[in-house]
This record gives sequence, structure tokens and C-alpha cells, in this order.
Amino acid sequence: MVTSAVFAGLAAGLLAALLHFAFVQNLILLGEEYETGAMVHFGGLIAHDHDATEPMTHDHDAAEPAAPDAEAPAGAEAGHEHHHHAADEDGSPLQRNALTVLFFVVTYASYGLILAAGFGLADSFGKTIGLREGLLWGIAGFVAFQLAPAMGLEPELPGTMAADLAARQLWWWGTALATLAGLALIGYGKGVPAYGAAILLLALPHIIGAPELEGYSGVAPPELAAAFAARGLGVGLLVWATLGALTGHLWSRSATV
Amino acid sequence: MQRNLTAVGCDGTETKMNALNHTSAKTSTVLTSVLFVAMLGMTTLFLSGFAHSQTLHDAAHDVRHSTGFPCH
Repeated sequence: MVTSAVFAGLAAGLLAALLHFAFVQNLILLGEEYETGAMVHFGGLIAHDHDATEPMTHDHDAAEPAAPDAEAPAGAEAGHEHHHHAADEDGSPLQRNALTVLFFVVTYASYGLILAAGFGLADSFGKTIGLREGLLWGIAGFVAFQLAPAMGLEPELPGTMAADLAARQLWWWGTALATLAGLALIGYGKGVPAYGAAILLLALPHIIGAPELEGYSGVAPPELAAAFAARGLGVGLLVWATLGALTGHLWSRSATV
Repeated sequence: MQRNLTAVGCDGTETKMNALNHTSAKTSTVLTSVLFVAMLGMTTLFLSGFAHSQTLHDAAHDVRHSTGFPCH
């Protein structure tokens, strides 16, 4: 159970990294240019608000002109979490990207393990799992772990302001679990009560609503954020489908649990 | 090929009973490993996507953004 999940997760994680570098990474880097003020969108005249208590962490090349945001007035967004860029403050791009590959593998291996646990549960109910079922489970995993949470918490380009982190993480988990349960009921439940409960579970997180801020304060062009969100979701679907199909296939091949 | 369950001196009932007992014992083992694997996956997912540790956050930064985990 563990071996096939980890192997499938490794393959899916590497695919995710490949697609991420092809489609998403340059948008993140561009977003950070706007986040630090190295680039300014014409609409972004309102000063970018760096939390004065936190050190500047963006490591710009020395050759670049100084970022104009260092002394932006603090307090305008008091109480809101600010998306300062903190990644890789000391590391080289190579180190940063190597860590990205590593964590894609860790993330999708984790999802692979969760999928395999689900397969084990389905198996104990006498359901056969193979490549096709795995593909459907993978797409369901994408919906539960990425698409449905994104309906409330839009994918955040670096520099996006958002509500309290813990509240968003809680909503994310509630949404993922409720969506999983709802999709499982649609896939394996029977009768009107099951489908009714499924619809309720799928809708409930969005009726409750994700934590959000009043108003918008993004500094990057909306086109950039839109491309980032769309590409992230597209890559996610492809990787999840691959992960599900591969985990299902390996599952059906493995004789022992 | 059809399985031969009616061997001489055996009407298949014993096989069925044994299979049922075996299934029941196997089910609890399976559920234990299901729980274990699910917890393992959740734990590593938490580390890569949700842990507030600055080091982990920095290392997983681009992945968290790209996969839509709530970040920062």
C-alpha cells in the first residue's frame, strides 16, 4: 500500500515540478517583483505596505535598483496578514528550485498515501480499484483538495493580501473533507438520501463561506493573478489525474496490502 | 476457467466459512493499515503544506502557492 503510493507520488511530484516550472514559476517570480515594488503596476499607486516589524526578506540582485517600498507606511492594513515574500532569502535559485521539486514530491506522495488509504477502504467494501477507478479518484482528489478550496480561497499570487492564516487553513481542511465525503457518496452511495447528503456536503463549505478580507489590495496586475490561478488549477488537474491513475494501476498490480 | 468447489467429500461450505473468517480477520488488519497510511499521508501533507515553521514555509513556498495551499 505504501510502496505503490510513494512511487506514484514520486512520479506525480516530478511531473508537477516540470509543469510548475513550465507554466507557473515565472508568474510567481513576476508576482514577487510587484510584491517588493521592483515593478509597479499602473494601478498600484497606493503604497505597498510592508510590515515594519519584519525584515525585508526579498533578496534582490545587487545590480537592480533599490526597491522603493522599504519605507512604505505601516498600519494601513493592520490586523491583516501580509504576504511578504520570505522564501529562499539566503539560497540560490538552484536551491530554491531544488526545494520546490522536493516538496512537490512530498506533497504528491502524501496525496498518494491518502489515495491508497482510500483504496484500502474501498477494497474492504469489495470495490475493485484499477487504473480507471484510480483516474476518477484522482480527479475527485483534485476537486476536493484543490478546486473546491480554490472556489473560496483563490490561489494567491505572492503579494496578495488575505485573511487570517489559521482561519483559512481551517476552512481549507473543512472544505476538502466535506467535498471528499460528498464525492464518495456520489460515487459509491445509492438512493436519494445519499445524493441529497452529497449535495449538502458539497455546498456546505461555500454556504458557510471562506474567510476573506473586505476589499482588494493586490499590487500585481489582475491579468497576472488570473493566469497564475488558471495555470495552477490546470497543472493540478493533470497531476492529480496522473497520480490517481498511477496509484490505481500499481494498487491493482500489488498482490498484498 | 471455473473454480472447482465441489471436490470429493466437500460441498464447498467449509471453504466458504473459512473464507468468511479469513475475510473478517483481514478486514480489521486492512482498516488498521488504512488508518496508518492515511495518518502518514496527512502528517507529511501537513509538513509540506501547512506547518507554520518559518524554515518549512520558506522551503515549500513556491509549492504552497502553486498548489493553492493557504500561504503566509
